[in-house]
Amino acid sequence: MELIRPDVNIDFIGKRKLAFSFSLLLIIAGIISLVMHGGPRYGVDFSGGTLLQLKFKVPVTEKDIRNGLKDLGMKGITIQKLGGGDINEFLIRSELTETKLQTLSKKVKDAIEKKLGSGNVEVLRVEMVGPKVGKDLRQKALLAIYYSLLFIAIYISGRFEMKWGLSISLALALIAGVYVLTIMGLSMPILILGALIITLIFCWYLKLSYALAAVVALIHDVAITVGAFSITNKEVTLAGVAALLTIVGYSLNDTIIVFDRIRENLRKSRREKLDVLINKSVNQTLSRTLLTSGTTLIVVLCLFVMGGSVIHDFAFALLVGVVVGTYSSIYVASPILILYEDWVQRKRQKARASRR
Amino acid sequence: MKNLKWRILLVASVVVLSIIFLTPTLTAKLPPWWSKFFPTDKVHLGLDLQGGMHLVLEVQADKAVESSVERKAHELKRVLRKKGVHFIKLTREGTDKIVVVLTRPNERPKFEKIVKDELPFMEIKTPELRNGKYYYQLVLKAKEAERIKKLAVSQALETIRNRIDQFGVSEPDIRPQGEDRILIQLPGIKDPQRAIDLIGKTAVLEFKLVDDTVSLDRALKGELPPGDKVYPMRTVDRVTGEVRETKIVLKDHTLLTGEYVTDARVQIDNRYNTPYVALAFSPEGARIFERITAENVKKRLAIVLDGIVYSAPVIQERISGGRASITGSFSMDEARDLAIVLRAGSLPAPVKILEERTVGPSLGYDSIRSGLRSMAIGGLLVVLFMAVYYKLSGVLADIALILNIVIIMAGLAGFKATLTLPGIAGIILTIGMAVDANVLIFERIREELRVGKTPRAAIDHGYSRATLTIVDANMTTLIAAVVLFQFGTGPIRGFAVTLSLGILASMFTAIIFTRLVYDYLLQKRRIRNISI
Repeated sequence: MELIRPDVNIDFIGKRKLAFSFSLLLIIAGIISLVMHGGPRYGVDFSGGTLLQLKFKVPVTEKDIRNGLKDLGMKGITIQKLGGGDINEFLIRSELTETKLQTLSKKVKDAIEKKLGSGNVEVLRVEMVGPKVGKDLRQKALLAIYYSLLFIAIYISGRFEMKWGLSISLALALIAGVYVLTIMGLSMPILILGALIITLIFCWYLKLSYALAAVVALIHDVAITVGAFSITNKEVTLAGVAALLTIVGYSLNDTIIVFDRIRENLRKSRREKLDVLINKSVNQTLSRTLLTSGTTLIVVLCLFVMGGSVIHDFAFALLVGVVVGTYSSIYVASPILILYEDWVQRKRQKARASRR
Repeated sequence: MKNLKWRILLVASVVVLSIIFLTPTLTAKLPPWWSKFFPTDKVHLGLDLQGGMHLVLEVQADKAVESSVERKAHELKRVLRKKGVHFIKLTREGTDKIVVVLTRPNERPKFEKIVKDELPFMEIKTPELRNGKYYYQLVLKAKEAERIKKLAVSQALETIRNRIDQFGVSEPDIRPQGEDRILIQLPGIKDPQRAIDLIGKTAVLEFKLVDDTVSLDRALKGELPPGDKVYPMRTVDRVTGEVRETKIVLKDHTLLTGEYVTDARVQIDNRYNTPYVALAFSPEGARIFERITAENVKKRLAIVLDGIVYSAPVIQERISGGRASITGSFSMDEARDLAIVLRAGSLPAPVKILEERTVGPSLGYDSIRSGLRSMAIGGLLVVLFMAVYYKLSGVLADIALILNIVIIMAGLAGFKATLTLPGIAGIILTIGMAVDANVLIFERIREELRVGKTPRAAIDHGYSRATLTIVDANMTTLIAAVVLFQFGTGPIRGFAVTLSLGILASMFTAIIFTRLVYDYLLQKRRIRNISI
């Protein structure tokens, strides 16, 4: 059986302007949403606070719960109903962290049971993260993001270009750059941004075109996924960060395969125009790209639909990431490669023209 | 040929090893000879799957330093009085300072000698002279403060471990984390609040006399005789069973502490059929208790636990034999937990909960069920798809996929790693990604076949071209997974473990296992066509 005919030849590269506009639109939408929400919505892991998942034996509404909690005088509570119609489960989120021995979950349970009758409330899950631990976890997550980006940048610049010496100097440049930024007392998110910008500049000047395109595609994927989290008003949790890093790895997977094919074709025919050759390579790998993304999508979709409430957001991040990662390896990474090569060509011609 | 044999041996040993590691998880009953030769570790389920509580406590070690300095201040006061050194003030200030004001200059050398002899760990700062009085500051040496803090943390750990052991939790995990934190994992706990009460209670038991000469009203207005203090008292209504908090005036001097308690048991009071806690003192404690009771007959002796008075019975007569009891209309559970904390001893410093994550057993069960269900359905869809799309080669990829999952699970059991909910998600993700390698190879083989190559050449080319790409493509995900393992906590680590295992296993199954089957079929069976 074949879904995609071997002689398929879709003009992906020709549509690059349309694709770029589409990507830009998604990213801008994400940024607007982030600005409107005042940054990403952090889960209790990072912001500190308490999350309770309660199950009720009798039907209740959000208002009932709010009434039940009135006597506790808790501030900053959000209540969210989980699942469909007859599932009586709610998530209650509070900024409070009870560090005394009487836990918040017991207080909430008692307060609500007073109104609804005892034995009607079951505490399914409690996540209480104190401010100290929240800060630690934030730091750990950012370090994880930073180091995986660092190692991946080193790997792809080394592997794509087979210039390991260069990639080690990239690593040194990154570490030095980030060190300088740390001395300036900048916060971790800015450091990560700084590291990415250093990587891009480095690739640009040393003409590591494949690495450059891959890093751009990677930033594209992460930006859209973070934006999607903000637009759907989901919380960024530890699991969310894990999903994000997995996506980084996964989306590069597709990109690497397309780029490998481009290089293989380049070796075979040096005469073909670059954009035609790249388009051919994307088409040759299209079947594989769509098939594996398809199988991954099937399983992630199963996880998203049936995985249960605890894993739902995690599955959402993977879902968005797989789709965006596949899209970007076809429509973003390869076109960026052409864009960059074009720029190099034009510069060379200009230099030649001025010499004359 | 030889080459093929070795590869068969390699694959076979991986399969057999995986099955050996996985057997304890799959069967409830292992034959008795099994444990002599083979591992018996099951795949360990994380708290998010089996339900339970994860706690991070902070030992407020500064408080231990504070109370150590406080005791030193009391000791100094006693010695100075005995040796006739005149002072007008002697108090602890901050966590590590004692301030002493001397009135007579000529007593200075004597005072300094006493401090040096009695309190070797206090450093004497040069005194200030104000209005003819000498203001001394004694500061605890930093090294000693550090030692006290470390000791407090290790003692707290030991005490908590004791309490949990006596409480009876299967497979608890209690370990220090960082400088002053304790990580506690209690799988399958049913009543988290009760466990927290038990773990977190400082459990300082004190016996103090009730001052019946002062009326409570006047005491609350602040008219307290020196040495007296108002304490909260737990009062239980005999009829309704309601717990109220009242106040009581006590002489603040502690006569006896829980240090001398050697045993604490729950007993049932026959008259009211209510439980109480019976205490037994050490011989030394028994002597002190006998003296106290002899000196204070007809007075009331208050039993104070963590600053709350539980009962204040009248001493009827001298009590010898070193036995006492704490009544207070407890429930059976309360009495049992109280006995446990009194037996295990008090915490050297109060603890604070920094992080709590509790998953109820029903949610854990739901998580396993829905995780496994989405794994089964997702896996089935992928398996069907591969078989339809690549025919027999697809079936081969499916066998590789199943082998892949077996290797992951065996790896979890073998490395004693924990399977968490994100871990299951990692396996599910691997199912999707594992076929990737085979798809790459199959697509390549199809391409080669299309150009007109023989099956054998097509397979050779397909594998050799695709192998490097596969390694490459998996490398980036592996990097992310390894970093996640380094920085992740609990459930995320579980995800990183299954993902890394999955990537490694999928490379093994796709590059070595499926290739082996093709080679076998081509060389031994001499097949002419590949079903792909």
